[in-house]
Amino acid sequence: MNDDKALLEVEDLHVTFATRTGLVQAVRGVSFSLGRERLGIVGESGSGKSQTGRAIMGVTLPQAKVSAKKLAFDGIDLLSVSPSQRRALRGNRIAMILQDPKYSLDPVMTIGRQIVETLRTHEKVSKAEARERALDMLRAVQIRDPARVFDLHPHEVSGGMGQRAMIAMMLIAGPELMIADEPTSALDVTVQLDVLNILDRLVAERGMGLIFISHDLRLVSSFCDRVVVMYAGKVVEQLKASELRDARHPYTRGLLNCMPKIGFERHPLPVLDRKPEWAA
Amino acid sequence: MTAALSVEGLEVVFDRFRALKGVSLEVREGESYGLVGESGSGKSTLLRAITGLAPASSGTITVNGKVLGKTREKAFYREVQMVFQDPYGSLHPRQTVDRLLQEPLAIHGIADGEKRIERALDEVGLGKGFRFRYAHQLSGGQRQRVAIARALILEPSILLLDEPTSALDASVQAEVLNLLEEVRRRRKLTFLMVSHDLAIITHMCERLMVMQNGEVVETLTASQLIGHRVSEDYTRNLLRASEGFVRV
Repeated sequence: MNDDKALLEVEDLHVTFATRTGLVQAVRGVSFSLGRERLGIVGESGSGKSQTGRAIMGVTLPQAKVSAKKLAFDGIDLLSVSPSQRRALRGNRIAMILQDPKYSLDPVMTIGRQIVETLRTHEKVSKAEARERALDMLRAVQIRDPARVFDLHPHEVSGGMGQRAMIAMMLIAGPELMIADEPTSALDVTVQLDVLNILDRLVAERGMGLIFISHDLRLVSSFCDRVVVMYAGKVVEQLKASELRDARHPYTRGLLNCMPKIGFERHPLPVLDRKPEWAA
Repeated sequence: MTAALSVEGLEVVFDRFRALKGVSLEVREGESYGLVGESGSGKSTLLRAITGLAPASSGTITVNGKVLGKTREKAFYREVQMVFQDPYGSLHPRQTVDRLLQEPLAIHGIADGEKRIERALDEVGLGKGFRFRYAHQLSGGQRQRVAIARALILEPSILLLDEPTSALDASVQAEVLNLLEEVRRRRKLTFLMVSHDLAIITHMCERLMVMQNGEVVETLTASQLIGHRVSEDYTRNLLRASEGFVRV
């Protein structure tokens, strides 16, 4: 699964927001590298996991400052390339799935047109061919009646269907790196698994690198090869998903421990005793 | 054991959409009862119909032996209170915690407000320091504690909980669940709790009802669910899904 050459290298990444009350450091020195594998980034709200993903994608808000010793995708230094080069990468070689298809799809454009638009932005293809490829892609995300869904607007489909359309749109340009930010959190549990199965199969078939950002440690560890645990803008622990049971950091252990589990009676539930030195 | 809350053949219709199709349920006094199902299954609508926030077109609802009419009397809200899912949406952003807690007391003309506010804040683990803060100065977990304090301040006997922790981080969720268990034990409350998370329901409730498309799929005890002794495929699917992702 691992290529010798890393697909993505992140070293000492910082994302800083200037606010009225001073600088807020959302990400403080995050480092990791990614091959053609599935990497999970886990943390609670405010841990900086989403900002890490956004900085890699290049969609950090303009008022924030991104800096890093190294932020390289396939050898390309993402921080020094021109905006137009960055734009050419975005959606083409690096793609991103967001949490809620209700907000991430354009409400006034049919699903088909959105997928075709992505494809035609990055590749010179005829309209007829683009349509064919969009229909194929919809089929690949297991939409049973792609021709019908192609002409629907996002509000006419369910959350699970919308998220599949989103995956189709993101995969159509054949990206090498996919960043999925809470891709299933807005979905029902049973639909969640369908969407994860589709994502899993496509990532494996196409040999993509995947960054799976989530608050759900258990879900991430069952899906990913490796897990990065973030707390207060920093990486507190990196480990193989299969070795999560042997997590060392008290935050990781606490997070695993505090969730109710079917068949394990614990009253009261253990709670996390946050230590100031974790954030130091 | 008497029923604290019973619902018989409840129907809720929005225009032509039947959100609840004749649902019946009985919650015993002091019991904690769970409702599970996917979005659109009608579990929240059931809670809202009980409080009068959703229109019931037929069926009867009985609370502590009294059959409810079309409109709810004030006395009903002293018996039954609700905690909503999203503490970012359920607390007025321009009111202090004090003002938020005063409101139910003013509506019901309760005199010893001062003492009750202090007690309620204390009970949810916030203390006096939070009394004159605004909701936006509080974290999600603290807000949900305020929402619970507001529900408790009228000293109800039944608490309706609509996904009370799903907007919270896992570690904060544990704290709020512990708090809910503690107040239930101390005040001998009856809970009717909605969640999409089977693990939370088995942790918090003795019995539960699985719903789908506005109908009851089955009712189970928590131990039946834990032992996978379920009879419907739909429940089995939910159980499987709650175990996380398995690569095929």
